[in-house]
Amino acid sequence: MKKTIKSAEPLIALQEFTAARIAIGRPGTSIPLKESLEFKLAHAHARDAIYSELDIVGLTDSLKQFNLPVLHLQSMAGYREQYLKRPDLGRKLNEVSLTGLADHHSPTDISIIIAEGLSATAVNANASGLLAALMPLLQSVNLKLADMVLVEQGRVAIADEIASALKAKLSLILIGERPGLSSADSIGVYLTYNPKPGLTDESRNCISNIRPGGLNYKQAAEKIFYLIQESFKRKLSGFLLKDNAGLLK
Amino acid sequence: MYRHTIKNKVYRFEDLKTLLARASPYRSGDELAGICASSYEERVAAQITLADVPLKTFLNEVVIPYEHDEVTRLIIDTHNKEAFEPISHLTVGEFCDWLLSDDTTTQILQSIATGITPEMAAAVSKLMRNQDLIAVAKKCEVVTRFCNTIGLTGHFSTRLQPNHPTDDPKGVAASIIDGLLYGSGDAVIGINPATDSPTAVANLLLLIDNLRQQFNIPTQACVLSHITTTIQLINEGVPVDLCFQSIAGTEKTNSSFGISLDLIEEAHQATLSLKRGTVGDNVMYFETGQGSCLSANANFGVDQQTCEARAYAVARKYKPLLVNTVVGFIGPEYLYDGKQIIRAALEDHFCGKLLGLPMGVDVCYTNHAEADQDDMDNLLTLLGVAGCNFVMGIPGSDDIMLNYQSTSFHDALYLRKVLDLRPAPEFELWLITQGIVDNKGNLLSVDAMHGLLKAGKI
Repeated sequence: MKKTIKSAEPLIALQEFTAARIAIGRPGTSIPLKESLEFKLAHAHARDAIYSELDIVGLTDSLKQFNLPVLHLQSMAGYREQYLKRPDLGRKLNEVSLTGLADHHSPTDISIIIAEGLSATAVNANASGLLAALMPLLQSVNLKLADMVLVEQGRVAIADEIASALKAKLSLILIGERPGLSSADSIGVYLTYNPKPGLTDESRNCISNIRPGGLNYKQAAEKIFYLIQESFKRKLSGFLLKDNAGLLK
Repeated sequence: MYRHTIKNKVYRFEDLKTLLARASPYRSGDELAGICASSYEERVAAQITLADVPLKTFLNEVVIPYEHDEVTRLIIDTHNKEAFEPISHLTVGEFCDWLLSDDTTTQILQSIATGITPEMAAAVSKLMRNQDLIAVAKKCEVVTRFCNTIGLTGHFSTRLQPNHPTDDPKGVAASIIDGLLYGSGDAVIGINPATDSPTAVANLLLLIDNLRQQFNIPTQACVLSHITTTIQLINEGVPVDLCFQSIAGTEKTNSSFGISLDLIEEAHQATLSLKRGTVGDNVMYFETGQGSCLSANANFGVDQQTCEARAYAVARKYKPLLVNTVVGFIGPEYLYDGKQIIRAALEDHFCGKLLGLPMGVDVCYTNHAEADQDDMDNLLTLLGVAGCNFVMGIPGSDDIMLNYQSTSFHDALYLRKVLDLRPAPEFELWLITQGIVDNKGNLLSVDAMHGLLKAGKI
């Protein structure tokens, strides 16, 4: 046993160059049990994140600090398995939610939407923190904000329907990203100018990997704020806006 | 119109593409597309109906119109009537029994490959059980060559996939060296770049080329950039061994990838012109995967497995060294769980091999699919039995750039051990010369003075 572990040692020096699982050794030609269990644990975290649920009470409570009404909506995907199998249903509001949005809103600049996406864990942990960094920036330029929206079982494109019903010029959806083995708690933010149902991803800009160990709240908020300003200035979003991404530092 | 009656209930299938879709073993992608059978009985009724359809029908009734799709035109225009002759009298069901017959040997299968259309292969696969897909694929030997020989019976290769989130050269090199010391990399050392910038791609190609020259490694390099980037790099004199491209089974999907048959031909010729192969001139590396046509909204009501088989017609035209179906990457809305991923992989491997392609499989899953390492172990073992040409080799199964799980260096060693399979012969000789394996293929322990380790520290 000792000998097989020793055989990996010369390779360990290479580990400083990459986070890849190199130099892990081998009993026979197999993965050592310790490594195998670490891998299983990382996968378990990712799986738990996929099936985690939005903490509606906690989120609603912490969103109070921004002094905006918070609407609670649902997509047409009724349960998690259906959400995973039918992305089309996650892009549309269910009837009750849609009716609730009808005709009680005047035009606004930005609609902020929060959806669990593929990791409610990520949203529960990071949505309020990111907004706490972003809101002062938005308020500094007098942008009019729509009621905030918490939407269950939503995909990115559900923001089009919501923001369009709220008559917002721009939508911002905070959504849990697909959990990886290294992190199960990243959120992504998608920005869409002139949101309306039927748009596809080329109309959006995405800021990814937002979490304390990735892109931190302050950095992310600055990037988002920059994109929002550029988007309003040029009246567009998506790959045309991305062309100037080099300006983002 | 195709029809079948079960207990006074008449099942009608409007056309061949509908029949194929309804006969397809269940998977989430066909449900998402709204084309799968609505009951278990309807699915079997479709399979019974499909079994009675003559193979000749597939030459007269296409699933996507000839006028509208260059892949259909390719399939029809390049169909080899002479090769088709020995099976031309069969129905799909009879074809299934014929394939399984002991009289149908490897040589016979090779001789009819160009007479089979992708839709015929897809059709018969829908009637077959997993063991049939394995048994027939095992008989189909497809051998290709560039700097070594891949696909010989009794041999099993790996693509060493040393991806890094920022393409850091030292990080990539570290994974390559780790992999080589585990005997991985005989199919190709192939990197998915984090960006498609030509400079970044060129730097990675030079990195592998230097390492390969320094250690005289009989394998090939590839950076999986877009075909237009590769053409540009070839024109700039960058050492390109293999030209990579993702392909699919409809013209509209390919067009969403920014490619056409003409463009692939241009890249094929440009890569051939470099004459870098030492033992052969199979210079193309293609990747495919069920669900890509629906994902591009370009499936035209054709089921995802038939679309996938049509991609193999595209691949076949350019005599590739490697074709890799990246089976579980696309996510649960197309292949929901381990059972569906395993079935799809066996179908892809069978259809590709039957059509004469050097099939490998990226045995993989994402974290939102209902699958885990045990499912991948099952699939890997089944593919080894089926004679799959290659799988991926990734440090500890964890691709830190693409964020999905595939097979590890260790997994390939496991398969070689339990099924007594060897690497590509030229590569195995190199491994022996380097002191990485012994004459029997057993992995040896290397010490810190090994040249490859020293190279990694530079």
